[in-house]
Order: sequence, then C-alpha cells, then structure tokens
Amino acid sequence: MQQVSELLRIEGATKIFHMKPMLGAAHEVVALNNISLSIRPGKALAVVGESGSGKSTLGRAVARLFQLSSGTIAFKGRDIAGMRSHAEKLDYLRSVQMVFQDPFSALNPAHTIRHHLERPLMLHRKLRGEALDSAVQEVCSDVELDPAVTLEKYPHELSGGQRQRVNLARALAVGAELIIADEPTSMLDVSIRRSVLDLMRRMKETRSITFLYITHDIATAQFIADDIAIMYAGQVVEWGTPNLVISNPQHPYTKLLLSAVPDPAIKLDGTGAKSFASEAQAVRALARKASPEVMEVQPGHFVRKFDPI
Amino acid sequence: MTDKPLLDVRGLKVDFLTAKGLFTAVKGVDFSIGRGEVLGLAGESGSGKSTIALALMRLHRPPAIISEGFITLDGEDVLAMTPERLRKWRWSSVSMVFQSAMNSLNPVLTIFEQFRDVIVRHTGVSTAEARARASELLALIGIPQSRLDDYPHQLSGGMRQRVVLAIALALEPKLIIMDEPTTALDVVVQREILQEIVELKRKFGFSILFITHDLALMGQFADRIAIMLEGKLVEVAPSAELIANPQHDYTRRLWSSMPLLTRG
Repeated sequence: MQQVSELLRIEGATKIFHMKPMLGAAHEVVALNNISLSIRPGKALAVVGESGSGKSTLGRAVARLFQLSSGTIAFKGRDIAGMRSHAEKLDYLRSVQMVFQDPFSALNPAHTIRHHLERPLMLHRKLRGEALDSAVQEVCSDVELDPAVTLEKYPHELSGGQRQRVNLARALAVGAELIIADEPTSMLDVSIRRSVLDLMRRMKETRSITFLYITHDIATAQFIADDIAIMYAGQVVEWGTPNLVISNPQHPYTKLLLSAVPDPAIKLDGTGAKSFASEAQAVRALARKASPEVMEVQPGHFVRKFDPI
Repeated sequence: MTDKPLLDVRGLKVDFLTAKGLFTAVKGVDFSIGRGEVLGLAGESGSGKSTIALALMRLHRPPAIISEGFITLDGEDVLAMTPERLRKWRWSSVSMVFQSAMNSLNPVLTIFEQFRDVIVRHTGVSTAEARARASELLALIGIPQSRLDDYPHQLSGGMRQRVVLAIALALEPKLIIMDEPTTALDVVVQREILQEIVELKRKFGFSILFITHDLALMGQFADRIAIMLEGKLVEVAPSAELIANPQHDYTRRLWSSMPLLTRG
C-alpha cells in the first residue's frame, strides 16, 4: 500500500443503519457495503449513483458525521475514527469541508456574505483586523466573485450559482484540502452549472484542492473527475478512470445507466418501452446482490463480479 | 380532421402586480401545438415557462393576471370560459403533471381516493366504476392493482410520478402539460417513464407541452422545441434543427453550458 500517494483511503467501509420505526418491525439498512476507494491529492473522485445508492452516506462518513459499522477511512494515512485529541479532530474537520446541494439553506439568511467568510477565517486561522479583511477579499476573488459588490450582500441577493461560489469560498477560507461536494450543481440553473463546474476544476488544477464529487449525473462526473466510481445499493459496482469506465462499461448496471443518459441525437419512439423496463428491473435485482469479489478489467479499471443475467 | 392546431396561443402577456409596480413575466408569446405533437419549452428558472403553463389552464393566481392575448384550445376560447365551464374543462380537456409527485399527491388519501376525486367529480360515475377505471389506468402504467389502497409514501418516487401521470390521463384529455415531470428522478427511471409516455401518447393521441431545462432530454422527446428567455420565445424550431443548427445566441449558450457525455 502506498500511503503517501493517497490523500484519502476508504477500506472496507460498511454502514448499517438500524431502523426502529414507530410502527412495524425493526430492520436494518445496509447503506454502505464493503466500500474500498482512494483519492489521490489534487485529484477528483466522482461517486455516481441514483438516489438511495448510498453515495451521500459515503460523503457523510468521510466528513466524519457518523461512525462506520466496520471498515476504516484514513486521511493522510491516519484512521479518522482513531483521532482522539481535540486538536487532531479540529485539524481534520478543517481539512475536509462539505458543499451541499442546496446553496440557499447552506447560508444563513440573516447574515452578509462577509460574515460567512469571516467566521471560518477567525475561528480556524485566528485572523483579526486588516489581515482578516484582506483574507476575506482574497477568498472572494478566488471563487471569481467581485468582493466590492458581493461582500455586503445577503444570501437572498445572490443567484444560486453565486451562493454556491460562496460555499466553495468558505471551504477555501479554512484551508480545506479535500472538498466533499454533494450534488453541488443539481439545484442550479443549467446556464450556470458549467461555470461552477469550471471553477471546481480550476480549484483542483491550480490550487491542488482534492474533490470527492457526489452526483447522479455521469456527464458532469466525466467533466470534472480523474476517477469515477459507480454505486448501486450500497456497493461500488465499477470504478476506474472515466474514459475506461464510460467507453468500456462492464457491469450491467453501468451499461444501463449509460444507456439511459439522454442523448439528443436519439429520438424516443416508444418502441422497446416494455423491454427497457424489464431489463432495468433485471439489472437492479442483479446489482442489489452483495458480491465480495472484484475483477481488474484492465489496469485502472475494476468491476465487481456479477452473475450473468 | 382539421389542420388547425390543437392549442393556439397568440400574444399572451402575463403581468404580476408587485409592490414595486407591474412585472411582466410573459411578454407576448405566440405558439401552437398540433394534435399528437410534443412541444418542448426550455429556459432557466424565472424565464416564465411555468407561468405560461399555469396561464394555459387558467390556474394562475393573483398577483398574476393575463393582461393580453388569446388562448384557444380545440376552437374554444379559454380566456372567455365561465368558472363553471373551467371546472369541467380542466382535467377533461387539459391536465397537468407537476415536478414533484410527492407534493401533487395528497399524503392522507390512498391512491384510489385520489383517482376517485378526479373521476367521480368529472363524470359522476359510482365509486365502484371509478375503482374499475383506476385499476385500468394503473395497469396502463405498469403498477399492480394491489397498490390502489396504498398511501403515497408507500410508493417509490418513480411509482408516484407514474400515478400522477395516470391521474392526468384519467379523463383522456387532449393536452397534457408536463412541468419538469422527471427532474427529481434518476436517469434510468426517467427513461422508463418517458418511454411509457411516448407509448401512451401513441395509443391515445394526446398532445404534450413538455417543460424542462434539460436540453438533451428535450431533444430526445419533443417534436419541436421553444427556447424562452426573460418572458419571450427567442427561438422555436423542430428538435433536430434546433440541436444541429441553433440560430439564437442564447440557445447556443444553453447548449454549451451543459457538459454532455462523450462516449467511447
């Protein structure tokens, strides 16, 4: 294992939620099933999956919002569950920041943008006075917002794209090394999605920020990521570099997902509606089965073993 | 049949009365939808596309008012309808599918009760007949009849959206307005539902006004696409043309703003 070349290593991560509903029997939900992935510094790993696949749970586990049932997550070679001292925990929470889907609810409507950017700088970098002011100006320009116009505004005065930039600026302000971006563009208007993705790509390329990009949209994953992992029902069914996975998909679920991505060149004519639906059902049943074995298709491209349909 | 379009909208203008004065959300748009045609309406939020959808069914509420224009559906002047005629006309001639199925289904009524409300009110049939019709509609969209007595929260997101679609089909309307019907669903379910809609459309021959911001999806589904910007239609063209050769700057910008999947 080369620990130094990986910023984050997830090894056999499993999370079981015990559900005790008010009515009905208690049951267990395996949200993550034996997930092993790693992210290299300054690179982006995209986790692609549908709702309920466990992709957000994975992001939350990395953000240390709960403990895993089994398995480990190591940041720079250090198990994050084993961090005991306050300083160590604080350092981790500073290094790993989250950007959420809804850019409005992530900002406090009663405070200005300046307030949102000052707080992390004061709390984590202990900046005051002029140093604080210039740091605020700097992070604001880093996300391509004009400090003179933006800083005194309230969240409701900004567009969705601008708000998401503020969230990214806040992550930069504390000196994040890894940003967990959970569907950061899915609530934005199409016409500004690209610009936020471009910004993330530039943050990655020029400032070596590492991204864990969580999405349901494989096209944006291809746009931003250096590695891509396809999740279904708590398992990573296929992973590797985007080009290998997208041009040569192996797992039936990856194939199904790729075939369903809207392609404007192909007009739907309603033929094959039943066969698509029944194929989708068969593939889902197959992908839901837990499978411990993994095959290496070619260097840098892995697939979980599956029974033929 | 006639060559006349099913829906004809001329010079439609919708104003909002706000504290700061009049805000014109829809600035005089003209378009038509033929029988059995799918017209896609694309644009970003705030461009007025949902306002158009609501105005077509006269579901717009104050402070929104239709200040100018004509809406004709199947030869009938929609803006001249009496409230009573409107009540009958809605759902039996035009129905609507909204983005969030969870919000358009009543959480405290079973699936059957939601069907019953629409069917009994409009046709005056007995509950038993409404039940038979509801099972028939569920069968059309591939949901087992046993689900009739379930509550919305017991169904998956895709199933709920199918139920909403089936309710929209209940009275065999001539036009169905779909406002981002699959945005909240993942792509595989989205494809399944769109395929079903195309098949149903072939069977029943209704027309669709399809609102979405996903141009790639629209290209797959719509016969013609209308691009909306700040209350105006800036470009209307057959899908293939609009994809291959967009004329307006804004259309080109919309296309380039979406990363498209490059295969192989």
